[in-house]
Amino acid sequence: MYVAVKGGEKAIDNAHSLLAGQRRGDPEVPEIGVAQIQEQLRLGVDRVMAEGSLYDPELAALAVKQAWGDLVEAAFLLRAFRTTLPRLAVSLPVDTGSMRLWRRVSAAFKDLPGGQILGPTFDYTHRLLDFSLLDENQAPAETKAPAHDPPRDQAPAQTPGRVAAILEGQGLMGAEQGQEAAPDDLTRFPLSFPASRSQRLQNLARADEGFLLAMGYSTQRGFGNAHPFAGEIRMGRVSVSIVPEELGFAVDIGEVELTECEMINQFKGSKTEPPCFTRGYGLVFGRGERKAMSMALVDRALRARELGEDISAPAQDEEFVLYHSDNVEAQGFVQHLKLPHYVDFQSELVLVRSLRATAGQPEEEDS
Amino acid sequence: MSQAPQYNFAYLDEQTKRMVRRAILKAVALPGYQVPFASREMPLPYGWGTGGIQVTASILTPEDTLKVIDQGSDDTTNAVSIRRFFERTARVATTTRTSQASVIQTRHRIPEHPLTKDQILVFQVPMPEPLRFMEPRETETRAMHALEEYGVMHVKLYEDIARHGAIATSYNYPALVGGRYVMSPSPIPKFDNPKLHMSPALQLFGAGREKRIYALPPHTRVKSLDFEDHPFSVQHWDQACALCGARDTFLDEIVLDDAGRRMFVCSDSDYCGERRDNNAKAKNGPREAA
Repeated sequence: MYVAVKGGEKAIDNAHSLLAGQRRGDPEVPEIGVAQIQEQLRLGVDRVMAEGSLYDPELAALAVKQAWGDLVEAAFLLRAFRTTLPRLAVSLPVDTGSMRLWRRVSAAFKDLPGGQILGPTFDYTHRLLDFSLLDENQAPAETKAPAHDPPRDQAPAQTPGRVAAILEGQGLMGAEQGQEAAPDDLTRFPLSFPASRSQRLQNLARADEGFLLAMGYSTQRGFGNAHPFAGEIRMGRVSVSIVPEELGFAVDIGEVELTECEMINQFKGSKTEPPCFTRGYGLVFGRGERKAMSMALVDRALRARELGEDISAPAQDEEFVLYHSDNVEAQGFVQHLKLPHYVDFQSELVLVRSLRATAGQPEEEDS
Repeated sequence: MSQAPQYNFAYLDEQTKRMVRRAILKAVALPGYQVPFASREMPLPYGWGTGGIQVTASILTPEDTLKVIDQGSDDTTNAVSIRRFFERTARVATTTRTSQASVIQTRHRIPEHPLTKDQILVFQVPMPEPLRFMEPRETETRAMHALEEYGVMHVKLYEDIARHGAIATSYNYPALVGGRYVMSPSPIPKFDNPKLHMSPALQLFGAGREKRIYALPPHTRVKSLDFEDHPFSVQHWDQACALCGARDTFLDEIVLDDAGRRMFVCSDSDYCGERRDNNAKAKNGPREAA
């Protein structure tokens, strides 16, 4: 005889202990350390910081370890921690123009003040598996540069100015919107439409990389009218400063690693504005070049309304993009379908059976 | 970081609770209106009750007794998980008895046992917008609510009747609140819609991912949408509950074998258990009936 469904409590306990056991894997293999993840799986850690919206490499590495390397799950862990943190201060805007650069390339100019710096990039590697990495006892590869710190010898006067500024100086770059005194904060006020530029950029900076990649890609394939040039991509470290109320002047509190992308796009002009170039902007924590570029494409596509362009493609539709970009929200709602729905399903069963019973019968009163 | 940080009572910090309470107060003042609020990331996933959890966390006091149900049952995995969350973070008393709870958080059901003025029912809401499947844009639906422009909803119900001869909505059945706002009752079966109407308990609805809170203050009129010639009706079963014999409850269908044998039991496991206890007592002797 059937016994009423019981045992949820025990099942959860068992699931948790299985999870803990299997996360560790074969105990014969040495346990991976958080420091190892932080040092050797840095791009994964960076992605977790970007989508987790918290700059803390150690905690992001911990999240990667706890999540078995599932980066979306790790971002969720980091977000859930972030939400408990007090807001001590709001930093001044970081000046990416004075970034200590690892990398800086422009696809729009052959050469430019400050030059092109290729930096540590996969771009021109041949994607051949390097079987020598199977041998873990190799001596570390010789590097010409330190692993962590970009050169400090750049005097402020020598830090190359931004490419967009060159075009701005010639009056060829359209004006920027979004100079709000205090930027909006999606984690304190929910998204509303039309979204401000700062709401949009915050949303995109936290957005799922895969989603942005697909959205940006779609604009290149004709869903949206993009003609982008990678005006500048820069990656490096910038200092963060705050103005404590009791001091009244700015103090540096540390450095963060950032990747910034400014896409230059055509703008054909309107009745009121002559043709010029417009900007799409991308900025992410850590080394996230693919995401920064995608973000810049999507940001530009979402400027369609502001620039009076036709809104015809998904990437130009701000409700579509901004409501569906967050993978913490998306993964939760997609996966909630695993939760029991048997009351609703029972309701549907009753309904479908009654509709089938009356189907084909001559119309009559039906209660 | 090996030590667990000390979290505030019921997890949320007091500033966040005040923000949520302000949204709740506004929602109570405007029955059925969806109030945007700055929903927080919770340590449980969006879509798994984060809205309800934030509402519960914001109204809970140390003296409260909490009951958590999912699909009517206290023992479904997500109900267990949420109950444990509050046991851990608020250390409040918990119960499975509907009549003994002061706060009840629910997903997809309203308890069969009638609620009282001393109870608060908190619903977990996945999609707060009743017009969403007719109009995907939030900017549009907010304007439609502001203008009381509910024609599309009636057209949808009418099309059901034209196609199927009946309104083909069996859960999440839209209702008009206080003659003003159309609301989603959350995916409760339409069987439970009549319990929303004039309930003596305060009913709060939290949608975490969509960042909305709405409310039904006690004794609010809630009318399930219908037509004069196609009045609203609820599900009926030919069977009684196989365990307690109830004929007036929502029944879950349980498949027993590959041959398609089925049995029907109450979805509200506490109500069913209480009835079985009473049946047993009645059988063993009327002495204990008092």
